[in-house]
Amino acid sequence: MPNQRPNPDQLLERVQAEEAKLARGHLKIFFGSAAGVGKTYAMLEAAQQRQAEGVDTVVGYVETHNRAETDALLEGLELLPPLLVNYRSATLREFDLDAALYRHPTLILVDELAHTNAPGLRHTKRWQDVEELLNAGINVYTTINVQHLESLNDVVAQITNITVRETVPDRILEEADEVELIDLPPDELLQRLREGKVYVSEHAKQAIDNFFRKGNLIALRELALRRTADRVDAQMQRYMQDHAIPTVWPTQERLLVGISPSPEAARLVRAARRIAARLRAEWLVVYVETPAHMRLTEIERNRVIQTLRLAEKLGAETVTLNGTDASEEILSYARQRNVNKIVIGKPDRPLWRDLLFGSVLENLVRASSDIDVYVISSEQEDASLPLRPTFVRTSPWSAYLKTVLIVATCTLVAEGIFRRLELSNLIMLYLLGVTFVAFRYGRGPSILAAVLSVGAFDFFFVQPYFTFAVSDMQYGLTFLSMLIVAVVISSLAVRIRAQAHTAHQRERRTAALYTLTRALANTRDMTTLVRIATSQISDVFASKTEILLPNGQGKLEMAAEELFASDDHERELAIAQWVYEHKQMAGMNTDTLPSSGATYVPLTATRGSVGVLAIKPADPRRLLDPDQVHWLETLANQISVAIERAQLATEAQAATVQIETERLRNTLLSSVSHDLRTPLASITGAASALLDNSSTLAPATQRELITTIVDESERLNHLLTNLLDMTRLEAGTINIHKEWQPVEEVIGAALTHLNAQLQGRSVHTDLPADLPLVPLDSVLIEQVLTNLIENAVKYTPPGSSLDISAQRTGNAVTLQIADHGPGLPAALQQRIFDKFYRVQPNDPQHGSGLGLTICRGIVEAHGGRIWAANRADGPGAVFAFTLPLDGEPPTLL
Amino acid sequence: MTNSMSLTILVIEDEAPIRRFLRASLPSHGYRLEEADTGENGLRQAAMHKPDLVILDLGLPDIDGLEVTKRLREWMSTPIIVLSARGREDDKIAALDAGADDYLTKPFGMGELLARLRVALRRTIRLPGETADPVFRVGDLRVDLLRRQVWVGDAEVHLTPIEYKLLTTLVQHAGKVLLHRHLLSEVWGPDYMQENHYLRVYMGLLRHKLEIDPARPRYLRTEPGVGYRLAAE
Repeated sequence: MPNQRPNPDQLLERVQAEEAKLARGHLKIFFGSAAGVGKTYAMLEAAQQRQAEGVDTVVGYVETHNRAETDALLEGLELLPPLLVNYRSATLREFDLDAALYRHPTLILVDELAHTNAPGLRHTKRWQDVEELLNAGINVYTTINVQHLESLNDVVAQITNITVRETVPDRILEEADEVELIDLPPDELLQRLREGKVYVSEHAKQAIDNFFRKGNLIALRELALRRTADRVDAQMQRYMQDHAIPTVWPTQERLLVGISPSPEAARLVRAARRIAARLRAEWLVVYVETPAHMRLTEIERNRVIQTLRLAEKLGAETVTLNGTDASEEILSYARQRNVNKIVIGKPDRPLWRDLLFGSVLENLVRASSDIDVYVISSEQEDASLPLRPTFVRTSPWSAYLKTVLIVATCTLVAEGIFRRLELSNLIMLYLLGVTFVAFRYGRGPSILAAVLSVGAFDFFFVQPYFTFAVSDMQYGLTFLSMLIVAVVISSLAVRIRAQAHTAHQRERRTAALYTLTRALANTRDMTTLVRIATSQISDVFASKTEILLPNGQGKLEMAAEELFASDDHERELAIAQWVYEHKQMAGMNTDTLPSSGATYVPLTATRGSVGVLAIKPADPRRLLDPDQVHWLETLANQISVAIERAQLATEAQAATVQIETERLRNTLLSSVSHDLRTPLASITGAASALLDNSSTLAPATQRELITTIVDESERLNHLLTNLLDMTRLEAGTINIHKEWQPVEEVIGAALTHLNAQLQGRSVHTDLPADLPLVPLDSVLIEQVLTNLIENAVKYTPPGSSLDISAQRTGNAVTLQIADHGPGLPAALQQRIFDKFYRVQPNDPQHGSGLGLTICRGIVEAHGGRIWAANRADGPGAVFAFTLPLDGEPPTLL
Repeated sequence: MTNSMSLTILVIEDEAPIRRFLRASLPSHGYRLEEADTGENGLRQAAMHKPDLVILDLGLPDIDGLEVTKRLREWMSTPIIVLSARGREDDKIAALDAGADDYLTKPFGMGELLARLRVALRRTIRLPGETADPVFRVGDLRVDLLRRQVWVGDAEVHLTPIEYKLLTTLVQHAGKVLLHRHLLSEVWGPDYMQENHYLRVYMGLLRHKLEIDPARPRYLRTEPGVGYRLAAE
């Protein structure tokens, strides 16, 4: 006995669905078989009860048709004012979605789920409004009649002869958390109707007699009951799975529906939907684009697109395949996707065509082996849309002209070899011409060529010459085979050309995807990325394209306004914003805000929306083709991933900078507080000692304390100076005031400044006589030199000498300060220029760790470079920096 | 020095601790001290006491120190030494331009202040009838203004006319900071006020002729970003 425990995938799916549900509002549908059964009444009753329980309840939209008993139930409930829409001089009352979202009650009542909204509202259909409410976490009560269910639409039409235009996708009913069937026996309903308790609009009065026939009502009631039972069944199945109760249901059915351009296809899709629902199967709707597709009329092509869209609405996955043999393509795809049932329509073409060209159905059944094939009957009901094949001339007139010329050439050549060779060779020559025409100019010209060839052959080369009369009947066969061969060749040629075209198109797609992916993979910069993406999409879809990215507040920003008419700019931006927030396509050719000027595709990646792609193809119908939409989505996905990656990179960088800044700030605080407090402590201590004990202290001790105060003050001053310089350097408030001057003077100023510290040391300066003037800021460079010399003094033994030199190195002058100290460990040679870096962190005698950082800042601001190394000639460190010789040196008169 | 009569110094400074430390030290070096804590007060005191020297803080609470300098210069030629925070070269130049004789950067030591005081006072306090010594001496450097001769130690140094003009301009204001602009206009003429590199090149030439180690000048001192000063002692 097979283990019927739910498999992990199913469990995961259910957990995800339940998580999504937690955030989503609950949907309760009051489901009825016909108008007048009391759905609105039941809904209001339930709402009153909720309200009494303390639930925050609002009536979003309810049509009571002024029935007193229904009106009475509105008593005490909060009513949302309807949105008044002016449409063709009439004012329509509509549900105000935005007001509802703003009010955000716990429970909202929205009557008549199948209602079609007035043009200009965000969604075409009310059920889309309800979806948005649910997504916003609001619980919804709504009503619907059975005839409005998409999959039952045609069945109802068959029963009542009234086609209902307002439909709701079945999944809404299936995904509803609760469905309450409002049932009323047909007799009672008819009674209510007679009593005038059922609202009927004026213009529907004539249809009513047809609709409210007892037979109809019974049938509709049965449909509603069955649909509810189906749902209960599904719940039961889920319950059984949840509790691992073995069932007889086969797992994971997958259904494939093959459609044709026939008007029956929509019916086929609806029927398949019902089968799929019963089998709880996933279902795919497949259309095979054979070369014949190229010959279809505009109407037929649009019908294919419409059928695929219908299928998507009903919850199918739609696929368009390319190939020559429809049955072969369908089967191979079916195997690839593990399909175990194929649904196909009964052929509606005459038997002779099937016999001659083969039948898709026949081939399918023959080759399907383990896959079941269901054949759905067609019905001769649709007389309104006669399938009238129209002759479409695809080849230009010039092609026909050239065909005549080619046949004439063949005739001339044939004349040349006539009588020298057998007649059959002449036939071959003509066939050659026909073949050429077929490949070059298509079907029409090739048939013309065949006919002309036969005529010319007969006229010139078959006795009696120069008449069309034929003496020998055997030529009849020759003519016929020539004609057939010509037609066959031409149709083959046309097919090859069509396939080449399809292959070419597919290749272009692959190439475009590859180019896009590669281009995006190499880009980190957001601006470049957006530019590449828009230009690629524009190329592929021959469209105007714009990518809108959110700013810091999550509001989209419009980069270019020329894409949209300027007066619509605000509105278009609002649509884009909606798409960004709801991660759903909207705009032209979609169900949401179709009156928009462009189509908006959400760019979603793992972390949610990253932006919106606005696209306006030159041919707006392009995006009606689900295949093209899929293709666009594929590209959009690539772009989303790239954008997210770029964002992540930027964020990572920002985070690194943040961490680095944080670290620096901490170092600064600890360093500053330590470095400021230490000298302050010494000063305070020494001064208070003097204050308290001035009379008892020995003069030598007093003097020592005073020296401490002076020295420590000096240290404090030094530290503060460095900190201020650093701050100014970092704030960028230091203006480099360069003047051309001899470096000797700056070195001199620094040495004079440090005279006291340099007592007892010999300083060698080596400055070539021909050293040029250098553009520098003397104050700042003097400080660099002072800091470097002070550093050398600090870290080398007292009395050791210093060597200062300068020399021209290319287009710069290098200054160098070399000492005779212990030198620098190689690992420190770069780090010592970092802020607050100290060779011996806890040595209070040494500086703030800012001196060299300031040097680097100043040198770099001069366009130079600073570095540290060890002496080549023995122990000791070398600090060197360059100053570039930019610009024209001044001349002396 | 003139010990017989003590010289009066007016300190215009709003920081009480600075005034206190000057009050503690200057009298012991023979100077009499007057104090003012605001600019207005300072101007009044200057009129009242006619001091021999003014020490002026540039950052006063009421009037800007520069403004005080200008107003003092309208009627008195007494030397003014300004006090400024470090790193404000532009302030120093502005103060010198407005008529200040010298500047000191805070914080400063007592020794430094006394040296500046001596230089500033020596230049102005000349008894009537006393003629300026035509020979300027500092260290080994000797400049004979009458004979137009320059000696370093025992060796006479030959200078070009421009070098000599530059040196004598410095000698006339020995010990005092001379702005680049001032030197340029004195030596080359007012049209050359912006040509700082002239001054730098000639100062370099002069150092090579007068200094033992031109890279560690003893006499011709550079005040980075401000100007030059000829050491006076």
